[in-house]
Amino acid sequence: MTQFIFKRLLSGVITIWFIATATFVAMHAVPGDPLANDKAVAPEIRRNLEARYGLDKPVLQQYGIFLSNMLHGDFGISFTQKNRHVNDIIREHFPVSAVLGVLALIIATVGGVVWGALTAVYRDRWPDSVIMFLVVIAVSVPSFVFAMLGQLGILAMNEWLGFSLLPVAGWGSFGHMLVPALVLGLGTMAYLTRLMRSSMLEVTSADYIRTARAKGVSPLRIFFKHQLRNAILPVVTVLGPSIAAITTGGFVVELVFAIPGLGRFFVQAVQQLDYTVIMGTTVFYGAFLVFMVLLVDILYGFIDPRIRVGQVRG
Amino acid sequence: MTLTQTLTADDFAPLAKAQHPDQIVRPSLSYWQDAWRRLQRNRRAMWSLYLIAALLLFSYVLPFVVPFDAVGQDLTQISQAPSLEKKSLVVDTQPWPGQQVRPAELARLQSAPFDPATRVTGLTLVGEANTESVRLAWQPVAGAKAYQVYRHLLVPSGATDLGLPLGQTEQPEQVSYEDRLKLQNMPYYYSVRAVADTGEVSDYATVKATPRLAISVRAALSRGLITADQTDSMIGREVELQRHLMGTDYLGRDLLARLVYGGQTSLFIGIVAPLLFVAMGIVYGGLSGYLGGRTDEVMMRFADFVIALPFLLFMILFRVAMGIGPGESGVTPMLIAMVLLGWPTAAKLVRGQVLQLREQPFVEAAQLMGANSRYLILRHMLPNVMGVVLVSLTFSIPSAIFTEAFLSFIGMGVAPPTPSWGAMCNDGVKSFMSHPHELLFPALFISLTVLAFNLLGDGLRDALDAKMKG
Repeated sequence: MTQFIFKRLLSGVITIWFIATATFVAMHAVPGDPLANDKAVAPEIRRNLEARYGLDKPVLQQYGIFLSNMLHGDFGISFTQKNRHVNDIIREHFPVSAVLGVLALIIATVGGVVWGALTAVYRDRWPDSVIMFLVVIAVSVPSFVFAMLGQLGILAMNEWLGFSLLPVAGWGSFGHMLVPALVLGLGTMAYLTRLMRSSMLEVTSADYIRTARAKGVSPLRIFFKHQLRNAILPVVTVLGPSIAAITTGGFVVELVFAIPGLGRFFVQAVQQLDYTVIMGTTVFYGAFLVFMVLLVDILYGFIDPRIRVGQVRG
Repeated sequence: MTLTQTLTADDFAPLAKAQHPDQIVRPSLSYWQDAWRRLQRNRRAMWSLYLIAALLLFSYVLPFVVPFDAVGQDLTQISQAPSLEKKSLVVDTQPWPGQQVRPAELARLQSAPFDPATRVTGLTLVGEANTESVRLAWQPVAGAKAYQVYRHLLVPSGATDLGLPLGQTEQPEQVSYEDRLKLQNMPYYYSVRAVADTGEVSDYATVKATPRLAISVRAALSRGLITADQTDSMIGREVELQRHLMGTDYLGRDLLARLVYGGQTSLFIGIVAPLLFVAMGIVYGGLSGYLGGRTDEVMMRFADFVIALPFLLFMILFRVAMGIGPGESGVTPMLIAMVLLGWPTAAKLVRGQVLQLREQPFVEAAQLMGANSRYLILRHMLPNVMGVVLVSLTFSIPSAIFTEAFLSFIGMGVAPPTPSWGAMCNDGVKSFMSHPHELLFPALFISLTVLAFNLLGDGLRDALDAKMKG
């Protein structure tokens, strides 16, 4: 187990290094530099600015400085937001994205498992058709349309009620998170519903279910103890990639609902070519995802005793 | 038992083949024929196929049949709702001198005291109101120095709610006003009140006007609605405006035309990018799986790295890195970025298939019979991998279309004025509350396309899945 985690951590570190290097190369291949955004400055001032940010050094040396700073956990100072440390930007705005993402993931997982189980129980009857139709809609409509419709929905509801039950945009209370998280989790929920449905159907025809039935186990117990527990395994496997989809998909929702998450800062940083913010957010996201996938893999071993991570070679 | 029957030579003649009664024959179908037959039985998948064909015809063939102008702007027809036809009155807008009070009467009125409680009377429209000009006239008020004119979209509820202040008359004798400010074909409420020297204002009067759609002679001429020799004869008559079946956007561009050309961009990226990265995946994954061993390990590790790159972040970086020069639509950088980031998934899929196939008895049999690598790959590997690849290709198309739409939505997609469905959604969002059709139509097209490819993918998966073959 320890050896497995160690091996995975090592490959995770290499992956992060690869992401960092690829981003660094791509970023420096972009014509222009972060200082080119402001109005033209005198050559002397520009030289001073370059010296301050270390842009006067050769690119290879900049790369070395960046790597050594990164190892010290220091991502440097933002170019466009004067005197703001990239670490501070991440520290202030990542929790917002994370809270939203976690809530979205909870909604998606719970919703996916419940809907998926329902469709399997009512196979080929109307609840199945209705839910599967909604699933097809949910995967076919772009998320920004859902975000707009969600916002309109809040507005219509508030007008109908005569007071503001949920805020239309912004951040702060639980009410702010509810609809954005739902919109953010919708695609994943639809995907998980499909997965859960097919996995439930597969489990239903398994031998141990027939045995349990023959033994006279109550249907409710069969459903919860045998079907649900076994059918949920594939859902856990895709949770890792789903976290990636939800955290990166957060841009749109953050944009539409005016949520001060990290995604917005990244898009802004890319547009303004803010080297340090780009590097910081990319490396941070990369590390976060690698860690999450590893966590899910370890969790998987706990949920399914048949899989003992580290013991299986291959 | 003794044989009593005598046998003749005829009894020893072989029977004709067709006389075997217990033989059941059905035509042998190849894998692909069989899959196609099963797909045809899937109604949803077939309808999706027709829908995809219709969308392709809509975007790629329709512009050859009917000419469309996707970039022409018409600022007089901004954000128009969908309509079949629209007629407009041709008017020749000459400056209007307006109505004045006679000097003698003016002197009498000016000497009278101003009373804030009086109300402007006789407020009427002069001539028919049209979108080129609305003319108002009213009765003079005693002691008034000037008159203020307001325009409102709702019935004014009080003196503080008169709407947009259009202006104030300059001379006390002028008792008329002509409004030519961005008029549209909808009801307006005009209010007029008198102002005294002291700044006091009188009570207001309100009149409702619904301007008729009109176009000036000069505008009609420049847009080719009338010919030069018609200019005089057409004044006061109706002319048919350009049709906007699906309305217009915020710059007065025809939405239908933009949907057609936007479809070209969106469908091109949505279909060609997956085609390219799946092709790349086949080569990479096939090679990796076929070579096996250490090479396979290194190649797959690299694919893992590329998968680990935060997809959307890199997408944006690639686009900026390649830059967009003037006059470029930005389709190519997006395509390259999507291919460079999208291939590993397909590669891993193909590699998995190849690894499985390598152990299959028929491959071993072929090897024993002396088949070379070339034959093995072309004859056994590729055809057997194609089914899985086709399904994954079909499912990659919706995500590619979404990616294009998403990038265009956040303003990092194709460069204006090139339309794409995603970019049109981005434009439409800004005026969603007042003109919902500008967002709904492109969103509908994206959704329909994605829906069709998803359902087709489901059908293909069912049709190609050998496990379900019965």
